[in-house]
Amino acid sequence: MDYFIELFCSGLSRGAIYALIALGYTMVYGIIGLINFAHGEIYMIGAFTSFIVATVLSILGFPLLAIVALSGVAAAVWASAYGYTIEKIAYKPLRHAPRLSPLISAIGMSIFLQNYVLLAQTSDFLPFPELIPDFEFMEPIAHIVGSSDIVIFITTAVVMAVLTYVIKFTRIGKAMRATAQDRTMAMLVGINVNNIISATFIIGSALAAIGGLLIASHIGQINFYIGFLAGIKAFTAAVLGGIGSIPGAVLGSFILGLTESFATGYVSSDYEDVFAFSLLVLILLFKPSGLLGKAETQKV
Amino acid sequence: MFSLKTLRTGVLISLWFVFLTFPLMVIKVDPLERIIQWRWKNALLVGIGTFLIYLVVQYLNYRKEHQPPAKVEDTKDQVSFIHKFIADPIQRKLLFGGLLVIAAIFPFVVSTYQTNIMITALMYVVLGLGLNIVVGMAGLLDLGFVAFYAVGAYSYALLNHHFGLGFWEVLPIGGGLAAIAGILLGFPVLRLRGDYLAIVTLGFGEIIRLVLENWSEFSKGPSGISNISRPGFLGMELSLEGSILYMYYIMIAFMIFTIFVVNRLQDSRLGRAWIALREDEIACQAMGIDKQKTKLAAFSLGAFWAGLMGVIFAAKTTFINPASFTFLESAIILSIVVLGGMGSIVGVIIGALVLILLPEYLRALSEYRMLAFGAILVAMMIFRPQGMIATVRRTYRFQKK
Repeated sequence: MDYFIELFCSGLSRGAIYALIALGYTMVYGIIGLINFAHGEIYMIGAFTSFIVATVLSILGFPLLAIVALSGVAAAVWASAYGYTIEKIAYKPLRHAPRLSPLISAIGMSIFLQNYVLLAQTSDFLPFPELIPDFEFMEPIAHIVGSSDIVIFITTAVVMAVLTYVIKFTRIGKAMRATAQDRTMAMLVGINVNNIISATFIIGSALAAIGGLLIASHIGQINFYIGFLAGIKAFTAAVLGGIGSIPGAVLGSFILGLTESFATGYVSSDYEDVFAFSLLVLILLFKPSGLLGKAETQKV
Repeated sequence: MFSLKTLRTGVLISLWFVFLTFPLMVIKVDPLERIIQWRWKNALLVGIGTFLIYLVVQYLNYRKEHQPPAKVEDTKDQVSFIHKFIADPIQRKLLFGGLLVIAAIFPFVVSTYQTNIMITALMYVVLGLGLNIVVGMAGLLDLGFVAFYAVGAYSYALLNHHFGLGFWEVLPIGGGLAAIAGILLGFPVLRLRGDYLAIVTLGFGEIIRLVLENWSEFSKGPSGISNISRPGFLGMELSLEGSILYMYYIMIAFMIFTIFVVNRLQDSRLGRAWIALREDEIACQAMGIDKQKTKLAAFSLGAFWAGLMGVIFAAKTTFINPASFTFLESAIILSIVVLGGMGSIVGVIIGALVLILLPEYLRALSEYRMLAFGAILVAMMIFRPQGMIATVRRTYRFQKK
């Protein structure tokens, strides 16, 4: 039973991180109908930035709390800056191009960013500083639930709550929902659609960066290639829940996280990634609109 | 030409990029030795580089805007030089004959090493032409193309290893198996819209690679399969140089065959159905084209070429392992098609030669190869979506009386 709970908890924290990344996919898809292939790379850049800032600060002798706060902020700021810039360079000029064009451009961006980090930094795996200490009050259940699992879970919950508030109750959230529903109509009622799209990229990138920071300190190492796999998995989660739907992305992420956790725990850890991909193929076969997504009807 | 305002924007953009690349380009930390390295020179380089790129883009935009508008009658002028050149039958025969002679004497003029590189380049030409059927003509973005390549390579490696089958026997089998894999994958996923299809094919490619890596009893895992026999010439064993030469001519023959087939396909009923499907699915179905069948045909034909090339790849290197079949390989082939011009046969050939040969000869730049490929994909989509050499659309001109 302990083993089951352990797998369940690690599945939840996995799912929480996928959710942070998947939200970026789903929000961007909801607004401009583009699969932002470079999103996994944003997450990787977020992890790298927080790694660099945290290591520099720890060498300079800052206290742990300051390191966590500053590296988190730095990751979010720079990842958002990248997200914003990528949208302006690679997607904005192609807004009225055929469907395939922005997709190819996104793939190019993803390859570019991966190799940019590879060349600017290193191809080695880097040890990520341990930002989340083992809490004392967790001692009795530490063999089942790690402290970092709890931190990941709580952080994600807070972030989700804030995001829900922003989307449901603020002006910009309302404008986002309007743009997602009908871009032309949103323009007609005076919404600056370009700003809204930029804002979506910024929010999505910041979420991915927080996910990057959490997972890097959880796993303990990073590499320029982590974004590729995480990106595909988060995309799988987004599709599972129904791409374009925010609650769907969260639901899908938890299902994916739990599936992976149980599959690797009970079946085999060699095929960890195969499970995610197979799940993706299966969903697209049987329910392409996802669990909570709306089925798209084609109008002629 | 450059107003003060554009220059100021340029400076601001440069500063933005310096800020953007600051943590990754300037700081480098060694967490074990606890050393921080500040590389301020990189910040300067990024700033200047961005500014120059900005100026070039502004200049290009300026030229585009101030170009005299093209006259409507001169549609022929938009056709690229090469297409115009080969439109004339005598010139075409001369060009092809000349190229054939050059190709035939090429291995005798240059070293074996160069010939080997040329074989690789020719393989990418054929792979590019194969992917061109799927992406260029049918408009299905296939990101797992390398999976079919792997199917071909592993079918030769395994059949050769276990049953001692030769190159020529496995060649059609490898192609066939890849085509079947294409149909098996295509059957369920082709219902999906373009972008979903891209991700599923990407996932499929990764599944194949991961299975090859982990299913050691079947594929010998990451250590791969070695000692695959090279193709024999009429039952004779060839020396290393001899077999490279032989391989080269096989590839030349293959390329000519592929070009011939693809060219005929393009003008066939099927090829026109692909292009129609790419342009407008609904209109196409209304005209009575079976969407499912047409797409499947594109998918399996593309996979077939990849499978053939896989067999040749295994025979050429005599050693394969899953590391040769990563997503990057698919990305390289896609770059070839996009750079050359989607749907354009001449473009894909030139694209493959440029993208494969250039990094080989500019060794200093080969580190930046993948970086450049990424940048090429983005830049081509923004500035020249039709590729280096745009495909010629079948046009009919209205005759004035």
